[in-house]
Amino acid sequence: MGAIVLRGGAPYGLDPHDIVIDDGVITAMMPSNQAGSNALDGEGVELELDASGCTVIPGLVDLHTHLREPGREDAETIATGSQAAAMGGFTCVHAMANTSPVADTAGVVEQVWRRGVEAGIVDVRPVGAVTVGLKGEQLAELGAMAASAASVRVFSDDGLCVHDPLLMRRALEYVKTFDGVVAQHAQDPRLTEAAQMNEGALSARLGLAGWPAVAEEAIIARDVLLAEHVGSRLHVCHVSTAGSVEVIRWAKARGIPVTAEVTPHHLLLTEELVESFDPIYKVNPPLRRAKDVHALREAVVEGTIDIIATDHAPHPREDKDCEWAAAAMGMVGLETALGITVEVFIESGLLTWRDIADRMSTIPARIGQVPDQGMPIAPGSAANITVWDPSAQGPLEVDALVGKSGNSPYLGQRMPGTIRHVLFRGRPTVVDGALA
Amino acid sequence: MVFLSSARVVLDQADISRAVRRISHEIVENSRGSDDLIILGIPTRGVPLARRIAETVAQIEGHPVPCGAIDVTLYRDDLPLREVRALEPTDIPAQGIDGCTVVLVDDVLYSGRTIRAALDAVHDLGRPAIVRLAVMIDRGHRELPIRPDFIGKNLPTAKDETVRVRFVEVDGVDDVMIDSESVGDADAG
Amino acid sequence: MQMLGKHLLSAGDLDRAQALMILDTTAELATVTERSVKKLPTLRGRTVVNLFFEDSTRTRLSFELAAKRLSADVITFSAKGSSVSKGESLKDTALTLEAMGADAVIVRHGASGAPYRLATAGWIDGSVINAGDGTHEHPTQALLDAYTLRSHICGGQGDLQGVHVVIVGDVLHSRVARSNVLLLHTLGAEVTLVAPPTLIPLGVESWPCSVSYHLDDALMQADAVMMLRVQAERMAGSYFPSTLEYSRLYGLDAPRLELLKDRAIVMHPGPMNRGLEISADVADSSRAVIVEQVANGVNVRMACLYLLLGGAGSQAGGD
Repeated sequence: MGAIVLRGGAPYGLDPHDIVIDDGVITAMMPSNQAGSNALDGEGVELELDASGCTVIPGLVDLHTHLREPGREDAETIATGSQAAAMGGFTCVHAMANTSPVADTAGVVEQVWRRGVEAGIVDVRPVGAVTVGLKGEQLAELGAMAASAASVRVFSDDGLCVHDPLLMRRALEYVKTFDGVVAQHAQDPRLTEAAQMNEGALSARLGLAGWPAVAEEAIIARDVLLAEHVGSRLHVCHVSTAGSVEVIRWAKARGIPVTAEVTPHHLLLTEELVESFDPIYKVNPPLRRAKDVHALREAVVEGTIDIIATDHAPHPREDKDCEWAAAAMGMVGLETALGITVEVFIESGLLTWRDIADRMSTIPARIGQVPDQGMPIAPGSAANITVWDPSAQGPLEVDALVGKSGNSPYLGQRMPGTIRHVLFRGRPTVVDGALA
Repeated sequence: MVFLSSARVVLDQADISRAVRRISHEIVENSRGSDDLIILGIPTRGVPLARRIAETVAQIEGHPVPCGAIDVTLYRDDLPLREVRALEPTDIPAQGIDGCTVVLVDDVLYSGRTIRAALDAVHDLGRPAIVRLAVMIDRGHRELPIRPDFIGKNLPTAKDETVRVRFVEVDGVDDVMIDSESVGDADAG
Repeated sequence: MQMLGKHLLSAGDLDRAQALMILDTTAELATVTERSVKKLPTLRGRTVVNLFFEDSTRTRLSFELAAKRLSADVITFSAKGSSVSKGESLKDTALTLEAMGADAVIVRHGASGAPYRLATAGWIDGSVINAGDGTHEHPTQALLDAYTLRSHICGGQGDLQGVHVVIVGDVLHSRVARSNVLLLHTLGAEVTLVAPPTLIPLGVESWPCSVSYHLDDALMQADAVMMLRVQAERMAGSYFPSTLEYSRLYGLDAPRLELLKDRAIVMHPGPMNRGLEISADVADSSRAVIVEQVANGVNVRMACLYLLLGGAGSQAGGD
């Protein structure tokens, strides 16, 4: 394949550049409309992509994705989830382990990894289960998964909390062998039995069993202390409360090697949406109060929360077309993650595009130890590139959700732009807003 | 309810008073010998009219005449065609209506549908010996085979005209007006 | 006149005028219940579906009788022995009922908010009446309680201004308590909730009522005391140490009855746990209006059905 020229896009929203990509790598960059840029024309250029008016950032890396395969291929497959990821500007996703069978052996993670390679439009990095069958009783074969072809580095029982403190300690210690990280779904199971929504005045009125903030905060507090005690790094999944932010801030100030993620929906939506009893808003952890949302935004800005991760959780329609208590928890997020992030942080001026690139690409790639991902837009970097078009604003259409499930709370709502192009290891996966 | 300038008064207070007196005399004459007369007004304006008639009959007869109210809303056949209505009080004299002569009283007789509903309501309350009907205004345009026994005034009208009876007890004034502009009849009965 | 909306989902949706209209309509309909012919032709040709996903014989019968007295065609669809218990979804059941032409669906469901889903998901066109959803609301129970309070304490007229109602028991899991707090407040009553803190929901301070952990203090102020059913299973959830301790601290027995004002009444939504939240002698005492509540329930439900179904519906123009 010959060279690709990406014309007129502004890396990190700064000055427009023409970017030359050859053999999967960025080979040259020069300011647009300057003498010499024509030199990029002609021989050897196979494809030109117009990126004028657009922002160019490194391909996004999601540390928290549910691809549902194996087991729930009716909700999503590795192939459809990869497409949703590409359409959302991602070049790498981490496939959570709560599949059926659970990704708790080298065999399953290799299978997931291989299916990702076959789909071939994003890096699919399997997350290994911490405990066998997510049961929280016995460590899974973490070393075998790490040593497998999938080179698993992130381990999580996500969906369930590694509740047993001794087991959590052992997991934190054990992954040091291969510099892995345990990503904890922080939810005390006893405090959240049958929980349906954030616990507070609204849950009291709606008669829905409460999911108290303390059930998350207590686990995070315990885990950061455990991480300090055994000298391991810890990653906290989908932080949702102001109290959790305070605990993590305290831990970081103390030098504890903890990283944390927040989902786009926890940065935008609040619990009042539950008043409709529409299960599209049912998610775990639940939507919280406005003051939590503000604390989470502040934490992302100051870096207490390191990254934004989607917790993309596809569910077939029947799992949401029902009464609240019977509905599945989760919402799809890959296709809308960048849009929501732009709305929350760019349009408000809270963060720059370089900050966004850090929080949605560079740092998650570092936490997940993914080679070739999260590299800067600069010559020599692997060409994982996302081109954001801020002029393509408008309501989110159901057609924009290319994954198998449509359980997005944002349908019909304004998006501040769309993904125009995506290059994955130098190959276009999205061109002009459509899968290549 | 909007009254346009084309409204004109057809009965004034004195006319209404005379009509009540005449109806009362006719009731006494008609039901001579029966001391089990009950006057039942149909809300809203049938009720004050019934009371006036009952008082007048009592004066003539020299003994009190039981009087009450019978709301027919739940028996109407036009419920699905209109906004839901609040119920008016039904107040049946303690002795009941079995074997009595019941005089139903309403302000305006029009299609006859209200009276049809009232007959059903009476039927569910008991078995009167006789049921009669007294109205202040008969404006014609009957849609059912119903005929009043006692009439204050026959008032031939066009269908697009509105007849409005007002009583002091409800409206602060006694009169009957006719309006040639269509403003929606307050009472379809 | 202030009309009801299309549905009756929450007691909180009713403003004072609407609540009073229901109570006044109930009072008129109560006279029908007293006569020998108890049937009215009002809802002839309308179809009312009782959709009960939870066992509740008394509420189901009450609605059924109310609808029948208004001459509606009544279908009862119970979870037991029907396709509902075979895994048919709420949505499919709703679509089935819609195909049958239901004008109103009276729904009892174990999940909070299920009636909201029926009313708003676009599955059915008819009115939805909440006959109790999970631990959320039970608006017709609150209406019949308000009616009972009004007839005993307010001479059967007007609102409940200044009436002090004490609600005792498992408020956390009680849809009756939630609906009553909202409605009684709307009608001007003062409500005090009494329960151990474990059975009071977190966030209760946003409710328009006061809270006490001490029954004896609260009883002295009360014009009415409403005892909520306490399930012995709550003991397993550590909401209280033992049924004995619960009934000692929060049960209404004969000595406590003496604390009440002379004319104060004792209410219970039923079914009662005699010996747990209420002693047998209190339940059978002259102050208990529990049986009357049941009778009022039919009339209140007739009023709701009439006001929701007895007209052209909200799309037609008003007077």
